[in-house]
Amino acid sequence: MSSVTITIDGIKISAEEGMTVLQAAQANGLYIPNLCNHPDLRPAGLCRVCVVKQDDWKITISCKLPVKEGMVISTEDPAVQQIRKNTVELLIANHPMTCLTCEADSKCELQRVAHYVGITPDSINRYRRSVRSIPLDTSNPFFDIDHNKCIMCGICVRTCDELQNINAIDYAQRGVASLISTLGNKPIAESRCESCGECVVRCPVAALATKKSLQPMREVRSICSYCGVGCGIHLGVRGDKIVGVRGDQENPVNRGSLCVKGRFGYRFINHPERLTTPLVKKDGVLVEASWDEALDRIVEKFSEHKGEKFAALASARITNEDNYLIQKFTRAVMGTNNIDHCARL
Amino acid sequence: MTNSISEISGAATILAIGTNTTQAHPVLALQVKKAARNGANLIVANPKDIDLCRHATIHLQQRPGTDVALLMGMIRVIVDEGLTDKDFVKTRCEGYDELIASLVDFDLDSVEKITSVPKEEIARAARLYATNGPASILYCMGITQHSHGTDNVWAISNLALLTGNLGKASAGVNPLRGQNNVQGSCDMGCLPDVYTGYQKVENPDCRKKFEAAWGVSLSPKQGLTHSEIFDQIHDGTIKSLYLIGENPVLSEANASHAIEAMEHMDFLVVQDIFLTETAKMADVVLPAATFAEKNGTFTNTERRIQRVRQAIPQVGEAKADWQIVCEMAKRLGAKGFDFNEPEEIMAEIASLTPSYAGIGYPALEKSGIQWPCPEPGHPGTPMLHVGKFPTVSGKARLMPLSFRDSVELPDAEYPLLLTTDRSLFHYHTGSMTRRVAGLEQLDSEEFLKINPKDAAELGLGDREMVQITSRRGQTTVKTKLTRICPPGLVSMTFHFAESPTNVLTSSALDPVAKIPETKVCAVRVEKV
Ligand code: SF4
Ligand code: SF4
Ligand code: SF4
Repeated sequence: MSSVTITIDGIKISAEEGMTVLQAAQANGLYIPNLCNHPDLRPAGLCRVCVVKQDDWKITISCKLPVKEGMVISTEDPAVQQIRKNTVELLIANHPMTCLTCEADSKCELQRVAHYVGITPDSINRYRRSVRSIPLDTSNPFFDIDHNKCIMCGICVRTCDELQNINAIDYAQRGVASLISTLGNKPIAESRCESCGECVVRCPVAALATKKSLQPMREVRSICSYCGVGCGIHLGVRGDKIVGVRGDQENPVNRGSLCVKGRFGYRFINHPERLTTPLVKKDGVLVEASWDEALDRIVEKFSEHKGEKFAALASARITNEDNYLIQKFTRAVMGTNNIDHCARL
Repeated sequence: MTNSISEISGAATILAIGTNTTQAHPVLALQVKKAARNGANLIVANPKDIDLCRHATIHLQQRPGTDVALLMGMIRVIVDEGLTDKDFVKTRCEGYDELIASLVDFDLDSVEKITSVPKEEIARAARLYATNGPASILYCMGITQHSHGTDNVWAISNLALLTGNLGKASAGVNPLRGQNNVQGSCDMGCLPDVYTGYQKVENPDCRKKFEAAWGVSLSPKQGLTHSEIFDQIHDGTIKSLYLIGENPVLSEANASHAIEAMEHMDFLVVQDIFLTETAKMADVVLPAATFAEKNGTFTNTERRIQRVRQAIPQVGEAKADWQIVCEMAKRLGAKGFDFNEPEEIMAEIASLTPSYAGIGYPALEKSGIQWPCPEPGHPGTPMLHVGKFPTVSGKARLMPLSFRDSVELPDAEYPLLLTTDRSLFHYHTGSMTRRVAGLEQLDSEEFLKINPKDAAELGLGDREMVQITSRRGQTTVKTKLTRICPPGLVSMTFHFAESPTNVLTSSALDPVAKIPETKVCAVRVEKV
């Protein structure tokens, strides 16, 4: 691929042929406001917020404009500013003004864009209409859909189609009534949705938002403990609890993608039914015991049953280091090769 | 897997056989769907009309347990039509003539009769696979959980070898490992016949090496497999069982046999994170830490060793499994269990295991390493069998095969075939996922999936409680009428303790791999 040079607001940047102007700007750390663009998805050209002026004559959207050698782009031309501001004003005309309590606060793309184009109380009032009052879809156990916050960027629809190939959601109706909907407008839990949450993590506002989510205080890189794909995750930690899981974009296996179990299936970790002490059977009943008592009992029996009277079944769910020591223990201490695990099941 | 997950989307043809990929390996399935979307041919061979079929070019709906015939039928077409990769076969394979000789029984008329797949479809699939490379084969439990599972795997390998689909990018023979660290627990020698890295306990050189490293003398005798262990508990030979993170009460084929065995045994220790159905039967239960509470590594299905990192303190008095084992060993007076950190254990693993020899935590930091990794600094091996196979001759063996039917087939008394599968929302016996309220909400009970035609014949409606009986046991469950199952075939998962599917399944074993035939057994369904 050959590279070309273009100029954005007087800054010369180089870009690969085949890139759009928006991609070239982003690759060079330049911000052009946009809402419906997502790096994982094909450009859609829906929101029209990313308008620029090309070669001092044509106003066009940068997410669909291929770079060409010598191209001169302005993002601050007065006409561009005017169009962009109008577009954003219309978008927020009926948007709920509940930012402080909103799930997306501080990571909301609409906030960012509004701030960038310079929305003032006056400009909000210019087009202000009442907020829509479509009931929330709370049918999915992990995330809610609030149509009133939706800006119809289509990122969720394209994620479910282009990346997941599940096609659980689509656009429905037209004009101001338009919304994101499942087939037959049924609650999302009754659709073919697989609850992967990929649309939720990409929604630029909080129209799709995780239920009851606590922001982590810190994150720890690890690996999903469910299936053999071995997706990379970030465990979100707050105090001594796991409060969330995020896909690891850098992991070569999943590049950030997760399935429903990996993303939302972490609550077993701090579950109240976790075993927290050893248990020992006394008169047919398991009762809490100290580690000393439990291990003494084991040592007594295992010493009697060394060799062919002993067997161990290790686990496909624990670490390599755990498993290594279990087979070493069985072979070197208990003196038998009676060791297997559930690989066959 | 011989190849890497990221290579799948680059395949020109994918044959997915015996894998319900979108349910069992959802993120890997994204690659398969991506390939299909970009124009790759996707051949799905599965008795059921699974979700992946929506993306398929061809769906071969073989009768359960007839994979050998189906695959050998495809091979017959490829050979008859001269579509083999002659160079590859000549330079890299052996046993071609024997394989060809065994093809006589697999003319397409016979194969159609055995598999009930129309012969035109078999021929079309064979041509697509052989002429559009690179072609990747994905398979899972639907291939291995049969009394002839080893033959199934040989048939797959024959197909890939004859068409030169090994040792090249986006091709290969790719078993999808079910649980997160099945690959790792095999690599670590949690098998009765091998130490780490598949070094045989019966090989005196291997044994000497481990005896020297561990400072003990070791038994030269192969141990017992999973199902043999339960047999020997049953007859009283094995007195103590140390069971870690497993729930055979639900997962074991012919579970009643395993339960009976454990009920009568002298001493049962269960180490787990919850009081599972099996733990309730134990004499001592030890509380283990979850993956979020310890450091270590998992090895995924593409042989990638990746770091697991402790994120929170251990819950209550729970301890990491390795800590518990060290404590136990020391109390039994053993030496060689003085580890302070899992990193030190990995150093010992690397020193004894050629394929892990170059593994150390610093090297795994960025994105893990795919074994074999023979020395420090080695980048790992994303693709196996490039230029050479790890056999004495360096060549791969083509295997002559014959078709054997499953051990248990439907008859007048048990007229339906039961097969097991998995739900997207649950995992194994559900001890983790069923405690996640949201997952439980999305999928909260077992159903017997049954074709509307069979249901009509039995006078059954949707969501109707039925009793399902096999030669070994019975359970009750509600019906779900669905065309996913063809007539004659019914299906259940095994995630739910309320309807323990594995009391029904057969423990007939594959003679080599000793894997029970949970994918096929005969049952009777009745209204209750
Ligand atoms: S959660 Fe996943 S399956 Fe459901 S709508 Fe979003 S992207 Fe589609
Ligand atoms: S729900 Fe979110 S991602 Fe989907 S169209 Fe609305 S704003 Fe965009
Ligand atoms: S996120 Fe899903 S696909 Fe990935 S490892 Fe976990 S269970 Fe498997």
